[in-house]
Amino acid sequence: MVVVEKPEELQELVRSQPRLRVTGGGTKPALSHSANASLAKLSGVRKYNPAEFTFTAMAGTRIDEVETILAERQQYLPFEPPFSASGATLGGTVAAGLSGSGRLRFGGVRDFLLGAKIVTGEGISVATGSQVVKNAAGFDLPKLMVGGQGCYGVMTELTFKVFPKPQHSATVVFEAETVGQAVALLRKLAGSGLDLAALDLDADNRLWARVCGFRSAVLRRTERVRQSAPTPGRILTDDEDAQFWNDCQEFRWLPDGRDLVKVAITPKCIEKLALLLPHVARRFSVGGNLAWIGWPTGENPAQLRHVLCELECPGLFVTGTPSTPYVGPRVDNLFAQRLRAAIDPHGKFAVS
Amino acid sequence: MSRLRQSLPPDRVLTSRAATTSFESDGLTAYREKPGVIVLVESTSEVVDVVKLCHEFGVPFVARGSGTSLSGGSLPIANGVVISLNRLNKIIDYSAEQRTITVEPGFINLEVSKHVAGDRLYYSPDPSSGPVCTIGGNVAFNSGGAHCLKYGMTANHVLGIKAVLPDGEVVEFGGESLEHVGPDLCGMFVGSEGLFGVALEITLRVLPQPERFHTVLAAYDTLAGAGDAVAMIVASGLLPGAMEIMDRLAIEASEAAVHAGYPTTAAAALLVELEGPSEELDAEIPLLEQVIRDSGAYEVRVAANKEERSRIWVGRKCAFSAIGRLSPDYLVQDGVVPRTELGNALSAIEALSEQYGLRVANVFHAGDGNLHPLILFDGRIPGEFEQAEHLAGEILMMCLRLGGSITGEHGVGVEKIAYLPEMYTENEMNLMRLIRQAVDPAEIANRGKMLQASALGKGG
Ligand SMILES: Cc1cc2nc3c(=O)[nH]c(=O)nc-3n(C[C@H](O)[C@H](O)[C@H](O)COP(=O)(O)OP(=O)(O)OC[C@H]3O[C@@H](n4cnc5c(N)ncnc54)[C@H](O)[C@@H]3O)c2cc1C
Repeated sequence: MVVVEKPEELQELVRSQPRLRVTGGGTKPALSHSANASLAKLSGVRKYNPAEFTFTAMAGTRIDEVETILAERQQYLPFEPPFSASGATLGGTVAAGLSGSGRLRFGGVRDFLLGAKIVTGEGISVATGSQVVKNAAGFDLPKLMVGGQGCYGVMTELTFKVFPKPQHSATVVFEAETVGQAVALLRKLAGSGLDLAALDLDADNRLWARVCGFRSAVLRRTERVRQSAPTPGRILTDDEDAQFWNDCQEFRWLPDGRDLVKVAITPKCIEKLALLLPHVARRFSVGGNLAWIGWPTGENPAQLRHVLCELECPGLFVTGTPSTPYVGPRVDNLFAQRLRAAIDPHGKFAVS
Repeated sequence: MSRLRQSLPPDRVLTSRAATTSFESDGLTAYREKPGVIVLVESTSEVVDVVKLCHEFGVPFVARGSGTSLSGGSLPIANGVVISLNRLNKIIDYSAEQRTITVEPGFINLEVSKHVAGDRLYYSPDPSSGPVCTIGGNVAFNSGGAHCLKYGMTANHVLGIKAVLPDGEVVEFGGESLEHVGPDLCGMFVGSEGLFGVALEITLRVLPQPERFHTVLAAYDTLAGAGDAVAMIVASGLLPGAMEIMDRLAIEASEAAVHAGYPTTAAAALLVELEGPSEELDAEIPLLEQVIRDSGAYEVRVAANKEERSRIWVGRKCAFSAIGRLSPDYLVQDGVVPRTELGNALSAIEALSEQYGLRVANVFHAGDGNLHPLILFDGRIPGEFEQAEHLAGEILMMCLRLGGSITGEHGVGVEKIAYLPEMYTENEMNLMRLIRQAVDPAEIANRGKMLQASALGKGG
């Protein structure tokens, strides 16, 4: 494993190597187990102007480092990047295209990334996107980096927008008898004007609804959320609230011996998914738009593939070491292939 | 031509000068070009057929929605095909429960919000041209509007796209979920100014309507003062749904047109709108009041009810067309500057306006630093258009010097094509050209927009 410390070294590496897959914090082994270069040392915040609500950092910068710096100015990345405390980096999060529960309210990593400096398959450094919160000039290449698994260029530096961190948060938990009842409540809450910050459903049919905002408002809003179900929910203590969402961000609910799979879903798939994969660890996040599945390590994912194809929901292994991270319906197409041919003509960045 | 006529009824293949004149220009009226043929398509499969024909014969095409582009994006290509998409305006699927709607590209922006209003939902991107512009045009330009600060532009609201590539291949990206797996191709397609082909079906997310609005209009005696107020509001931790500024000239024009009650003595008016759950607004309003007071506003008006709120918005949204009353012609730029540089940028524009002896009105999306200087000129006076273009160019260069962008939402089109290489280095321009070539080697899709046509494209 080559440890890259400067962008120029990475350019040189791309030119000299037949194949280049990089890793950051190594928190998503399904996507980085075949890496031959590490960007963990290509790290550090380069520019942070709190009044501008944007920052620029090297791709190998740990998310928790960024979160700490932002928190000092009451700012944050609202999409709650997964595996932050475990050492996830900015670049790895973008490449994997992962957003956490907080994605519900203001959008995911795709919505907060403004600019990306990348190295192309020919070893050329290119600054895509911009440093300002709004830009419509040229192709929106940063978007291609989101979920691109490093196949569309290797990121060296990233610019994000951030938001003011809410003063306070509180969570209500509801217990439903069946998945169907839980989904009905989930729909009601997500479609309301209650403006929830997060809305997750666990495998025990418990629905967790989070409210963020000014302290005085949050207390009253939480009460309104609590009363919005036939059987009112329970309000968590402040400590429980922090703990629960932090555990979500780090996937502490995932039992040992399971590989984490991300699946893009809609609420209408939840019941079927629960029915077809009854004994599998799972979480439905982002108001039923994102499923996290714990697939038994080493077990052939054929059944999972079959179910996801049937539901037309694409999936991605995040941990574990499957031969290919993709599972379920094919997401590649002609447009993507042409883009890769332009950015990486020799196929150096291809996922094995 | 004959192949086009074979596949479509004659009344939908227009070639006579009388029929094609209205397609010769778009919202950027200073540019005109004669198209070869206008095709009025009525189904997505017709679009695919036309694109395939264009590909087979190497004829360039321009997809056209309502032709309101302000950068010449929908300007025809000489002797090329214009694919007019206005009749492709059906809703393909709508689920209130799922909060998604799938429409054809000719569907009108404002109609989305109207259609879903009964379910207390709305479509967030709200360009001032909303009553006429199409979702297809919005997708091509990643259009914005006054309410982008909190929830983003078109790209942040498009979940899925079905498109025909310039060689007639049909592809689909994304879907109905907020999440996706694999590269964000949908995001990459949005804002590509028609260079990647034609969007045929677009799935949008719609949001629950905010429970409550709080709309404030504050008057300032300097333009920079209003600009600084925006930075103060952002710094206070508030996240308004919209923050807009209009200067004296824009206020004058808008007041003459619609009498929305803007402060006519002010050098600038700042419009701020908070939105959200009622309890949250109870907490936010006093904070906003405090910040606005501290920012030196000399008069503050709060919309007391729905009617007053919509009057304030009418005053803002009609500004472009109202400016038309002040001057026979105008050019509008939409460069972006870092929000903390707004005051500086506005002073620089004032200085340039004086230097050129051309009036410039400002009405813009202050919350995200997106300027909209409207440069007034009279095209009948020889040299004045060139002067106005020159001034516009200087404003763009100023935006770049301050670390911003040449366009926040109107796109590059033909108008800013010379300035894209000022924003990006040769390496970046090259990569964009390579991508263009890989997707459309013959450069038949919207040739000569955003990227200069290559020698190959020009000859073809
Ligand atoms: C008075 C006025 C106010 C405006 N206010 C705003 C504003 O607030 N915010 C803002 O962002 N813009 C604004 N605009 C600009 C303009 O309305 C937008 O750019 C709009 O999105 C254009 O839509 P259209 O249907 O008119 O597209 P057109 O002008 O017809 O086309 C625009 C571009 O999109 C391409 N295109 C059209 N349909 C498709 C398709 N289906 N697939 C691929 N490419 C396609 C065209 O080739 C062209 O390049 C304003 C314009 C006017 C005249």
